[in-house]
Amino acid sequence: MSTERPEPALTPPADPPASSSAPSRRAFIATSTAIGGTVVAGGLVAGPPPLGAEAAVAAEAAPGSRVSLTVNGVRHTVTIDNRTSLLDLLRERLGLTGAKKGCNAGACGACTVLVDGRRVNSCLTLAVRLESAEVTTVEGLEKGDRLHPLQQAFIDQDAFQCGFCTPGQIVSGVACIQEGHTGSPEEIREWMSGNLCRCGCYVKIERAIEQAAGRK
Amino acid sequence: MSQPQAAVGAAVPRVDARLRVTGQAKYAADNSPDGVVHAVIVDSSVGRGRVTGIDARAAEAQAGVVKVISHLNAPKLPHREPGFPPGEALRPFQDDRVRFFGQPVAVVVATTLETAQHAASLVKVSYDARPPSTDLGAADPADDPETYARGDADRALESADVTLDLAYRMARNHHNPMEPAGTVARWDGDRLTLWEKTQHVQGTVETMAAEFGMSPDKIRVISPAVGGAFGSGGRTWVHTSIAALAAREVKRPVKLVLTRRQTYFGVGYRPAYEYDLRLGSDRRGRLTASVHDVRTESSRYERHSEDVLAAGRMLYSTPHVRQVYGHVPLDVNTPTWMRGPGYSSGAFCVETAMDELAHELGLDPIELRLRNEPSDDESSGLPFSTRRLRDCYRAGAREFGWHRRNPKPRSTRDGDWLIGMGMAAGVYDTARSEAQASVRLDADGTALVQSATSDMGPGTATSMTQVAADALGLTMRQITFRLGDSDLPLAPGHHGSRTMASVGSAVQDGCDKLRRQAITLAVQDEDSPLHGVDPADVAVRGGRLFVKDDPTRGETYRRLLARNDRSHLEALGSYAGAPESERFSFYAYAATFAEVAVDARLGLVRVRRMVGVYDAARIINPRLADSQAIGAMTGGIGQALLEHTVTDHRDGRIVNANLADYLVPTHADMPEMKAIYIEGEDFEADPIGVKGLGEIVIVGVAPAIANAVFNATGRRIRHLPITTEALL
Repeated sequence: MSTERPEPALTPPADPPASSSAPSRRAFIATSTAIGGTVVAGGLVAGPPPLGAEAAVAAEAAPGSRVSLTVNGVRHTVTIDNRTSLLDLLRERLGLTGAKKGCNAGACGACTVLVDGRRVNSCLTLAVRLESAEVTTVEGLEKGDRLHPLQQAFIDQDAFQCGFCTPGQIVSGVACIQEGHTGSPEEIREWMSGNLCRCGCYVKIERAIEQAAGRK
Repeated sequence: MSQPQAAVGAAVPRVDARLRVTGQAKYAADNSPDGVVHAVIVDSSVGRGRVTGIDARAAEAQAGVVKVISHLNAPKLPHREPGFPPGEALRPFQDDRVRFFGQPVAVVVATTLETAQHAASLVKVSYDARPPSTDLGAADPADDPETYARGDADRALESADVTLDLAYRMARNHHNPMEPAGTVARWDGDRLTLWEKTQHVQGTVETMAAEFGMSPDKIRVISPAVGGAFGSGGRTWVHTSIAALAAREVKRPVKLVLTRRQTYFGVGYRPAYEYDLRLGSDRRGRLTASVHDVRTESSRYERHSEDVLAAGRMLYSTPHVRQVYGHVPLDVNTPTWMRGPGYSSGAFCVETAMDELAHELGLDPIELRLRNEPSDDESSGLPFSTRRLRDCYRAGAREFGWHRRNPKPRSTRDGDWLIGMGMAAGVYDTARSEAQASVRLDADGTALVQSATSDMGPGTATSMTQVAADALGLTMRQITFRLGDSDLPLAPGHHGSRTMASVGSAVQDGCDKLRRQAITLAVQDEDSPLHGVDPADVAVRGGRLFVKDDPTRGETYRRLLARNDRSHLEALGSYAGAPESERFSFYAYAATFAEVAVDARLGLVRVRRMVGVYDAARIINPRLADSQAIGAMTGGIGQALLEHTVTDHRDGRIVNANLADYLVPTHADMPEMKAIYIEGEDFEADPIGVKGLGEIVIVGVAPAIANAVFNATGRRIRHLPITTEALL
């Protein structure tokens, strides 16, 4: 069941198209989304005037889109800058700071969330392509006051130290269990290797996943 | 400790576990105060020179860009040199000099992160670039090395029965905590609040006060959760000043988080080393002399020093020792402490050399170490407070199955894999610093204990709650421990394994004082069942004060406070830190054992098993201590086999400044690991009897692996990391 939530107060992005002749990555993205037909023309409120940019030419709005997606059972309709990653949408717009930005390049897994049940690096996922998607973050794993069995297993096994990679490890672990990749410690390690932990809690994370998988 | 100890020593779960597994723990970048804007640093693309121009027009033309700040328009800041480390600290946009590749040269502030990132890419910076010098091996050390000598090492080497002349090399390592450094800065009039990633909230206050010429009491630094740091948050780096400066300029709160790439030059690192070591011994393996010639990289604007020489000075009995530690000034950012700083690098050389000597003499490596066990600390002449290194060897050898090791290299195979076993000792000094903790017991029988310390992962709040619970006679659930706020009582930096000894002793002192206050109140209260009892005969458990010999006689804190119409009791605990002149030599010790498998044809090294045994004195929480040790063995695998910051010396660029190319251990790299703590206490060190354990657990891991690689292959690799290429 999802509940409707109005668009939160926005600090809208605004940015003119790239002026260089070579197609930038940002311009490419804008084009792609236009082809996808999801660009909502206009609708962007102008931001505060740029201070210290008196001599600048009048700025144009950055290509933006309206997207509706469900996050942890709550439906959000937001107008976003096309460059926005799912991670930045969650963290900077929706106030869900559980998923972390460790590298912003898909190399560490701290930003792992579920999109339609599959684990993804939210830092590499453009939010505009998630129309109608169901997103689950670490904040969405509890059932009422009850921790998800894997969250409890992380506590039981002391499977974290600083806790920064933990939301990503747990979400990734939930998917690892759902995928059935828990046949042996080696299999768990292999399928969890996209999630780095610098405190070195891997051995205990693997035990926590075994514990939670065994309960299923 | 007149109180029974129930919580201390128990393997209890972390008090803040639920926050961490639900994503509710607030790290610096998770804070977004009202009106926050985003800052992105533009960093230098040359390795040395001057900025000759900054064209910010294209950036400023982006809608949403609030301001671009560089040395061209930044206000001049008052600045006082912090004095440590020696040199001139890097400052936010106060001149046009480029000291290293990646140095911040401008910052873009915009209403959204996307705009700030894009606009930062549009800032055009022109330089008068000069060739940088970044290669440790190609430059000379400064002419004022640190030196140490006892006896006449050079002469003793000439007459030694056996001599080894060894050259070790260690790559630069970056901490790469999962949380990148970042700050959220907000000004309220002339008051500054920072939500900052730091291991030392009050240190950040001092740095900001010095940079902005402010009174420290107008600055508050908040850092309740630190996403790993390993030393990288021990200092306050220039991006923090940049965030504060930007927030003041744009009159809005500013969030500035370094990109992963920027962390490679935005914070320090474990410096690269060249360590030449000559060892002399007699035929029976007793060391007679050692000469240590060490060179390390430092920046040109500051000098970072760490105790890389200690192991060579005091770990083994050696009559003649000479040491030279030279700093090579390079066009790089300043190095800093990284887990087991100095000791970890020194131990790689000393402990590999001991393995080489054992092989040369045909002695078992443990037997060689036992023959050189000193009776006191030969570098200071002081007796050891506690040194249970022999116990570590014994317990480790038994647990690991050391007797199964074939001393002949390249003699054990498992299919394509060559199998080897190695071990190494480790040592780390027991640092203690001045600290305070406030304690407040409320009428409802709960207590609040506070100190401005941090938790980057060891579980500070949990272990402090355990100490407080026993000293107050409360359950852990009745106590809240707060940390990570500079407004709280004095605490040293959360580094150098000093937190438990320092803050823990202050917590115990404060709780003891408060408990005695309550007991005094009770025994003087005619209406108390404890009236007239000798205070020394009263103990507290579960919030109830009682006569030790007659536990039925007593009352609860709640009843005592209610009857006396007290809303609360308060006390301030303190710990003075280590005395200026120590009476003992204080160190924690380790023995690490490793079994590796090396693919005979591919040179691939896999660690199969590790056992670490530690003399860290009293263990407050075995569960947390186990996690620290397993984590350090994991980090040590990185140091031994994977981690290597690579610089392109043509322009000073770090070429692998990301987590795909700077390799760290992953789930798939994990061997079977076991940690054992030798039982014991060290009340000479501090009132709670601990020696610290965050560092000692990594010292010796890399040489244990390197020695196992030698046992497996017969190849002695004298540089870190030991890569596949080195074994082909």
